[in-house]
Amino acid sequence: MSTKIAEIFDSMSYGPAPEQSDYVTDWLARHEGGFDLFIDGQWQAPEGTRNSLESRNPATGDLLASIAIAGPADIDKAVAAAKKAYPKWSGLSGHERARHLYALARLIQKNSRFLAVLESMDNGKPIRESRDIDIPLVARHFYHHAGWAQLMEQDLPDYEPLGVVGQIIPWNFPLLMMAWKIAPAIAMGNCVVMKPAEYTSLTALYFAELCREAGLPNGVVNIVTGAGETGELLVRHEDVAKIAFTGSTDVGRLIRRSTAGSGKKLTLELGGKSPFIVFDDADLDSAVEGLVDAIWFNQGQVCCAGSRLIVEEGVADSLIEKIKHRLSNFRLGSPLDKAIDMGAIVDPIQHQRIDELVGQSVREGAVLWQPDIPTPEKGCYYLPSILTDVAPANIAAREEIFGPVLTVTSFRTLAEAADLANNTRYGLSASVWSENINRALEISGLVKAGVLWINCTNQFDAACGFGGYRESGFGREGGREGLYEYMKLRDEWQPSGRDIIEAKAAPKAQSKPHDLIDRTAKIYIGGKQKRPDGGNSLPVMDQGGKLIGLVGDGNRKDIRDAVEAAFKAEGWSKSTGHNRAQILYYIAENLAIREEEFAHRLSRLTGASAKAAKAEVLASISRLFSYGAWADKFDGLVHNPPLRNIALAINEPLGVTAVLCPDRSPLLSFISLLAPHLAMGNRTVIVPSQRFPLIATDFYQILETSDVPDGAVNIVTGHRDGLADVLARHDQVDGLWYFGTAKGSEQVERLSADNLKRCWVNYGKARDWSSPKFGEGRQFLREATQVKNVWLPYGD
Amino acid sequence: MSEQKVTALTPFDQNLPHGAGHNASMMRNTAIPFDAGMIEHIRVNLSAVERRIDTLKARRSVKKKWQAAWLLKAISCIDLTTLSGDDTPGRVRRLCAKARQPVRPDLMAALGMADRPITVGAVCVYHEMVSTAVEALKGSHIPVAAVSTGFPAGLSPFHLRLAEIHESVAAGASEIDIVISRRHVLTSNWQALYEEVKAFREACGDAHLKAILATGELGSATKIAKASMVAMMAGADFIKTSTGMEKINATQPTSLIMMRAIRDYYERTGYKIGYKPAGGISTAKDAVQYLVLVKEELGRDWLEPTLFRFGASRLLTDIERQLEHFVTGRYSAAHRHPMG
Repeated sequence: MSTKIAEIFDSMSYGPAPEQSDYVTDWLARHEGGFDLFIDGQWQAPEGTRNSLESRNPATGDLLASIAIAGPADIDKAVAAAKKAYPKWSGLSGHERARHLYALARLIQKNSRFLAVLESMDNGKPIRESRDIDIPLVARHFYHHAGWAQLMEQDLPDYEPLGVVGQIIPWNFPLLMMAWKIAPAIAMGNCVVMKPAEYTSLTALYFAELCREAGLPNGVVNIVTGAGETGELLVRHEDVAKIAFTGSTDVGRLIRRSTAGSGKKLTLELGGKSPFIVFDDADLDSAVEGLVDAIWFNQGQVCCAGSRLIVEEGVADSLIEKIKHRLSNFRLGSPLDKAIDMGAIVDPIQHQRIDELVGQSVREGAVLWQPDIPTPEKGCYYLPSILTDVAPANIAAREEIFGPVLTVTSFRTLAEAADLANNTRYGLSASVWSENINRALEISGLVKAGVLWINCTNQFDAACGFGGYRESGFGREGGREGLYEYMKLRDEWQPSGRDIIEAKAAPKAQSKPHDLIDRTAKIYIGGKQKRPDGGNSLPVMDQGGKLIGLVGDGNRKDIRDAVEAAFKAEGWSKSTGHNRAQILYYIAENLAIREEEFAHRLSRLTGASAKAAKAEVLASISRLFSYGAWADKFDGLVHNPPLRNIALAINEPLGVTAVLCPDRSPLLSFISLLAPHLAMGNRTVIVPSQRFPLIATDFYQILETSDVPDGAVNIVTGHRDGLADVLARHDQVDGLWYFGTAKGSEQVERLSADNLKRCWVNYGKARDWSSPKFGEGRQFLREATQVKNVWLPYGD
Repeated sequence: MSEQKVTALTPFDQNLPHGAGHNASMMRNTAIPFDAGMIEHIRVNLSAVERRIDTLKARRSVKKKWQAAWLLKAISCIDLTTLSGDDTPGRVRRLCAKARQPVRPDLMAALGMADRPITVGAVCVYHEMVSTAVEALKGSHIPVAAVSTGFPAGLSPFHLRLAEIHESVAAGASEIDIVISRRHVLTSNWQALYEEVKAFREACGDAHLKAILATGELGSATKIAKASMVAMMAGADFIKTSTGMEKINATQPTSLIMMRAIRDYYERTGYKIGYKPAGGISTAKDAVQYLVLVKEELGRDWLEPTLFRFGASRLLTDIERQLEHFVTGRYSAAHRHPMG
């Protein structure tokens, strides 16, 4: 280069600052023949004809490597290897597993620069980000989870690993997502089959080499490369106990449907359209840098990117000018240049998608602004972009663009800011900027998102949970909350055939009820007893086949009304734990007054002995007390990330929930499934035992006399699976518990995919409701809540 | 992308021509009436500021020739300083000789700068040494700066502080580094701070005023920003972090806060105010990081001694060593460079 120092002295330009990459190129050259699959601790060629993918550097278009595509036989082999390794791995002591994770963490640190350079070459992200953010977090994740392996036996004694875990990760944070998945899985004793993204498999393949170097037992971690078809094979494999997926919401839905009813545990970390809310009392200059870290981090290819700027009207113009000024100093360039702000988009296909979405947004009336800054002539680059005049219906306000594109909307009041923030199907993260702690904390409670960053953005740590609300998925990664995704409560389900109280099939009706005044129980919606919409009733028989009552035959319109009533009862979710406890105790008190009546009814309905029936009523009263107790005790956590910061993990109610009850222990199971929702602040639509619904309709009067707010509990009697169908399809229902048949469980999980509501189903298995260990407690509370992590860095 | 709409950028256009002529035509700040509205809106979030500094260090990197050029620029922005009780005319004359020729001529030649001699930005001394320095620097166009107004605590009688400015200006100082009364900031008495700095500025006449805020003693990020704004409203030509005598002197987060105040003032008034971090900046690496911060937050215009200075005594030696390393490829030693 001929530029003279004197010229630079005058221009004060930056010049190139390339990161050295020759040693990575050498490693790639050694694999010129292509990468095989990492199965059972060995590099194995794919079975049959070799199919492969080309991995390219998006900044240059250069071919980096050829990568094998795993087919059905390869997935079988990988799963078999994991299955074979599982007994020994899960049988190791926590300490022994901790040492393995610790060794991996150390090796990652020792190879950190290599991994960073390889990641940037493969993905296009700036070396600054891979070097200073991704790779340190990868090492941190293994260190942190080495600790959890060490502590598991002491701290989580009732839990055991799941078995073989299938994990599928995206291309935006290849190695980081791999660490988020592998570290907790193997720490808890599972074995893993991991499929990296087709664009970005290289760091995972290098990690496989590190696994060998660390002496990780063969088969604990298997890495199979390929595209969507390979992932699908893994998802469908019958020996896989769990699927953990990070990626698009559309693929997440497909996985939810295809695993429905299989009993595979599932976590989905999906898309987002996250709000970035700026109040007029924010440090605006810092908010601008926050936006840079929110939407121009990793070229905007971040699931939790703050892509919707929602700014208080009075400072909107000023903030936009500041953003434009900042972007005019932006440096786009080679990902391996140490002095750039943004690198290359991962693939030309993604570039095209961004371009199309932005084009359509502009056609729909948005105004595009891009800075006039140099762009490399070659490579897959996209200018940082701002869309203003974006109507709420504009495609850019609704669809995840997954590129460096910000939309701008203004607001007037805090409440309006929260409404705008929540006006989306997603709920992954949010960023809030205000120097007033009252405002910041208030809106943190209102925004529906799994992660909330106050005066910061895109902060991640192994000690803190990450994951979404709504169609951003379910499950958490990181923190204590993330561990439960890779464990199960030991002996939670009774093997089929070992039922506690076998509910006999309803006998044929033999007579009409004549020992009662004609009394048809209605359904209970919004605090009122209402006639079912269809005007039909169902007979209820006793064990002798005698008709002892009629209940309403609820239909889809009754479900519609019940969900509507539950939705409106928002006050219940905002009430205090103490208040909810009072009401649960009051319900228990009123049930105790009518103990004999309920015992008699139970006995008559189920044929249980007087003693057993009385025991069930007493257990139900006790259970209500348990949840009265829990209502103000299911505390969140204060996490401990390495930052001057308060990170609060808050257990929030799901919102509107639905419960479908089993026939077994009809009163106790009804109470066991209703009370945790009440305790945690959900408003619930509950369908009682189809066989013994009278036990629930008798309960109306108890609810009415116990100060339960209208709509907090809604009871619809009728055909369980028919009502489950309507509830599973309902987009206003946030969570659904189903305790019925295996077929019904499959149906619920499959139908839930449309709005990705949280499901908890029994796959037709039985549960011992009389046991305090399996009939109540933290597991129920966890299923009734979702964790919101609020980050609040401080300092003055 | 045919829909692209590119808005022309003012006032931070990065492509303006630069050089002495451009800067000489710059308007000098004059005190504007005290306006509480200009400080009420100020909010600073310290942890966000710290994050910006942390990532900026990694967002920009200046290597090889560029690094050499940037280090030469850093030298041209140094206020070469001696503020010791044992200063003597001989010591000050030696410092002034160094100020005239901060880098060995053979190194300058090797850097291709033989025909572009550089000097430091100024020499900074106590009042008693002003006349010596002025004499020693005659013909060099290097200004002499005097620390003043009861430096470093600023607690001597007010009329004496004004008199001190008058005396130093009369002795030939063309820059006066004043210290503010910290109590006005600590008690949020912004009007009093304004009146004080305004009086100092009037006493300076044609000499330029650098307002030392002693940021290490102000206790809060937002107060640093507000004090910066008040000093500029009162007519400061430069705002400066520290006397070098506080427990905490110049830091990059503090610098970011003050630079953003400068930008805010410029956007509101059109006046470009200079910035001077002082105390604790002793390595070439630090210096480059500061220059990067200036370029990113204020723009290219501020990378000139008219708008940016380092208050430093040890920095120059480290830069000289780094320049020699660039030229020879060998790590250099301090004794190879003429001392100041």
